[in-house]
Amino acid sequence: MLAKRIIPCLDVNAGRVVKGIRFAGLRDAGDPAERALVYDRQGADELVMLDVSATPEQRSTRLETVRRIRERLSIPLVVGGGVRSAADVGVLLEAGADKVAVNTAAVQSPGLVGEIAARFGSQCTVLALDAARSPAGGWQVVIRSGSRRTTIDAVDWAHRAVESGAGEILLTSFDRDGTRAGYDLELLGAVCKRVAVPVIASGGAAEPAHLLEALQAGADAVLAASIFHYGEYSVSDVKRYLASRKIEVRI
Amino acid sequence: MANRKVLVVRTQTANTASVLAGLRRAGAQPVVTRDPQELLLAPAVVLPGVGAMHPAMRQLQEDGMTGALTDRLRAGRATLAICLGLQLMAAGSEESPGTAGLGILPVTARRFDSAVRIPQLGWNRIEPGAGCRLLRSGHAYFANSYCIEQPPRGWFAAYADHGKRFVAAVEQGNVLGCQFHPELSGAFGLDLMSRWLGAAFGKGGASC
Repeated sequence: MLAKRIIPCLDVNAGRVVKGIRFAGLRDAGDPAERALVYDRQGADELVMLDVSATPEQRSTRLETVRRIRERLSIPLVVGGGVRSAADVGVLLEAGADKVAVNTAAVQSPGLVGEIAARFGSQCTVLALDAARSPAGGWQVVIRSGSRRTTIDAVDWAHRAVESGAGEILLTSFDRDGTRAGYDLELLGAVCKRVAVPVIASGGAAEPAHLLEALQAGADAVLAASIFHYGEYSVSDVKRYLASRKIEVRI
Repeated sequence: MANRKVLVVRTQTANTASVLAGLRRAGAQPVVTRDPQELLLAPAVVLPGVGAMHPAMRQLQEDGMTGALTDRLRAGRATLAICLGLQLMAAGSEESPGTAGLGILPVTARRFDSAVRIPQLGWNRIEPGAGCRLLRSGHAYFANSYCIEQPPRGWFAAYADHGKRFVAAVEQGNVLGCQFHPELSGAFGLDLMSRWLGAAFGKGGASC
């Protein structure tokens, strides 16, 4: 039986780990390769590195960061942030990513998800979906690191991306990101019901109980950043807690 | 640990960087190749692979690698096939009807049942069947939509469950085919690669 995955997330800006609230107000949280190794040793099942650099100059360090992480990491590495084309995906895989997440570009170029999946396979094509609650009900897709709301229904978009070849959804609640209020379980439930690929819940985790809730709501994996970065809980603490609640984890 | 040069078959679709890093952590000196002659006789070869069967087979054919690969596998020379690499050893796959694999394993890869999430992405527990020498039990990382259901005759197999029981890995002498990714499977994967390297090279240096 497949174990539920615990995935620390490194938001990286200009080669440093940062963490913000609702995608803004970033503060420093260390060297990416060092953090990666710490999480690997704690029993993390996978690592996500999101490049949140705003400018091409800051972004140019991205490949070097991926290479540095890869050399030491013994678990899968997902890289996202600023991925614009299938060629970008190829370069990241070459540098040491095992899966690549696309977000804004997938919304703006309708054929992109399909093209990436056809060239590299669904198993390495991750749709990063940022969703915000809509005043009219439901959720809207948010792009450009949260700076632009679209009129696209987030649950429909997840479905269409999977039809095009996305093999996994990294689902972030824009409203909950960095708020420590727990994952948006309604959003999670709606997406898990609509797609047949694995779903990673993201945005809002502050304590192990939040991770448990998300896994019970149908997530295949849970992503968290700040609870791990500042030493409140280690990955192994969280896994022991989840195992005591009868969740299948790799210990 | 002196001389443990391992040839890694260059396939356009593989996560080659992860495979190279994993082999280095296991004490090998991996070198990427697309030279069939080298491939045929090297003491240890890794056939990585992610993506679909058809483009991967087509590329091996274009590079003139299929003959050398088939010959070394039939001769039982130490080879580690990973993920799609394992499926390439099969006769074919439901994923790419009409595309023949290397045909070392007389089986066809089939898609997982639709009752489970596909692709299978994550850590699954594997249990070796009787006779396995390299494979042990533990959690390994999988990323696949297709799998081999029945152990091929003459091979020892390890198993895992994803909606149904499937073949997680096969071994015969020093040929090891893993549906999972040892290079991404933490300490479990590192130990397995080390055992395979130990078998391929003997305890000391290079051998054939």
